[in-house]
Amino acid sequence: MSYHTVDFLVLFLPLVIGMHFITPQKHRWKILLIASYIFFWSISGKLIIYLLLSTFSIHYTGLWLNTIASDGKLKIQEAEKEERKAIKASVKNKQRAVVVFMVCIHIGLLLCLKYLNFFGTNVNNLLTLLGLPDVFPATKFALPIGISFYTLQAVSYIVDVYRGKISADKNLGRLALFMSFFPVIMEGPICRYSDTANSLFEGKRIVYANLISGMQRILFGLFKKIVIADRLNLLVKTVFNRYESYDGTVIFVAMLCYTCQLYMDFSGTMEIVIGIGEIFGVKIPENFRQPFFSKNISEFWTRWHITLGTWFRDYVYYPLSLTKPLKKLTSAARKKVGSYYGPLISGTLALGVVWLCNGLWHGSAWSYIFFGFYHFAMIAMGNITLPLVRKITGKLHINREALPYRIMQIIKTFILINIGELFFRANGLRAGLNMFKIMVTDFSLSTFSGSTLLKLGMDIKDFVVVIIGVAIVFVISVMREKGISPGAQIAKRNTFVRWSVYYAAILCIIVFGAYGMGYAPVDPMYAGF
Amino acid sequence: MERLIEILEEIQPDVDYETCTDLIDAHRLDSLAILSIVSEIEDEFDITVPTVEIIPSNFNSAQSLWNMILRLQEEE
Repeated sequence: MSYHTVDFLVLFLPLVIGMHFITPQKHRWKILLIASYIFFWSISGKLIIYLLLSTFSIHYTGLWLNTIASDGKLKIQEAEKEERKAIKASVKNKQRAVVVFMVCIHIGLLLCLKYLNFFGTNVNNLLTLLGLPDVFPATKFALPIGISFYTLQAVSYIVDVYRGKISADKNLGRLALFMSFFPVIMEGPICRYSDTANSLFEGKRIVYANLISGMQRILFGLFKKIVIADRLNLLVKTVFNRYESYDGTVIFVAMLCYTCQLYMDFSGTMEIVIGIGEIFGVKIPENFRQPFFSKNISEFWTRWHITLGTWFRDYVYYPLSLTKPLKKLTSAARKKVGSYYGPLISGTLALGVVWLCNGLWHGSAWSYIFFGFYHFAMIAMGNITLPLVRKITGKLHINREALPYRIMQIIKTFILINIGELFFRANGLRAGLNMFKIMVTDFSLSTFSGSTLLKLGMDIKDFVVVIIGVAIVFVISVMREKGISPGAQIAKRNTFVRWSVYYAAILCIIVFGAYGMGYAPVDPMYAGF
Repeated sequence: MERLIEILEEIQPDVDYETCTDLIDAHRLDSLAILSIVSEIEDEFDITVPTVEIIPSNFNSAQSLWNMILRLQEEE
């Protein structure tokens, strides 16, 4: 049962909305909790035990941290002035030990379930090369849905309680809802307790305005997912699975189609998720902000999968950059190479770790590790060359804010992102490298003039639907970039216009959706990560 | 405060630090710029900036940064 399926949209969601509507305010969060556990059970069955264990453990960790803090406070009140500093340090050390232990348990479990087989296979391969027998038996664990997402939520909850950003929640049920809320459990966004919890437990009444704006986003999400992404899957699957049979031009087209598919699929699902949140009055953070308008890779990652980027920034990048050894390195480097390149050295080291984690988070394969390092290299190069670029553009009197320069930067970023996605989608790192080689060495514009592109799973009608669909998404993206909300614009119109647009959108999804005969159902792509 | 603004201008020119109140929210400072700022102010004002202080509300304006520096100096 995914968010775009009939079961979910026609049965599950309306039932939850109805139950939520008739339940008194103070019990509404319980309806959401029951619905979330039913949703999780329907997908992962008995694997729900992992979610329960995570929830129990962070609940008791939060309470444990609170107890250490309150015991410390009592001791401080009773202690002499000169002893207070030592007690404070001791409390912090105890809390830190608890946090480190619990974070290791959570991340350790994720590593074990997701990466043990990858690690074992690579060690076995190495041993085979050395002529030794395998030591790791092939073990593949069944993964509960959303483990990569809710584990990061669990870690952020524990760390935020430790940092004093939030208070530990004494109510286990409320924390269970935060960890399992059904719209976000499959693909995120990765929510922070400080941002989402209040609206989640408030049990706001479902009102017409929220229902309509939520439905608008759900419709737009379905349009992106079913009309565009699932249609592009036909071509992407054909080319990526048999890339040896095609020339560079076809691979180039498949690369563009895959990037488009991934964006439409993931951002489409996020539209649905945020739309469902709006209906229940729950504040779910945005995960996309028109990423293809980015002027460099660094900016791209502040607009694409935003909540993953900010998670790594707050819980890996800053803590690592601000460790004593890296601070010392920054300080020493600043004296030698100046105040730009000094912090850049430690920042780049931390960035390397972030991108290794980011690559691995997506999956246990070398292609994902390569994907992480590709982006790391691009961002690092951009940072290193920035002063030089500023100098050159300054000397040449090029206005870096002028539209032509910005368009050139956007195109450059778009190409680099597409290359990264080629490796991300390829069936392994070797296949990715081969595809890239074919693309740059065997590219011929003549392929566009023949009928080759129409023999890849998509006919001319499919191409027309995709092109019109992308054009619609582009116009809406431009409006959003300018701060205009298309949904609010529609809501302002009179009843006839408003409902004509809604019915047209529903009809469009039903008629042009890529489902049924000839189309394979495509699960939300990020649910696999 | 004057020295702080000098530091900010060195790291990220083209911003009016006297009036700007959305340095983070409007993406005027990226994570690398924040690291540079932390490194500079730690040396200049003899403070230690813990990770927990790296939040938008402390870095959105020169004034909020200055308030954080004063607070950390008091706590040291």
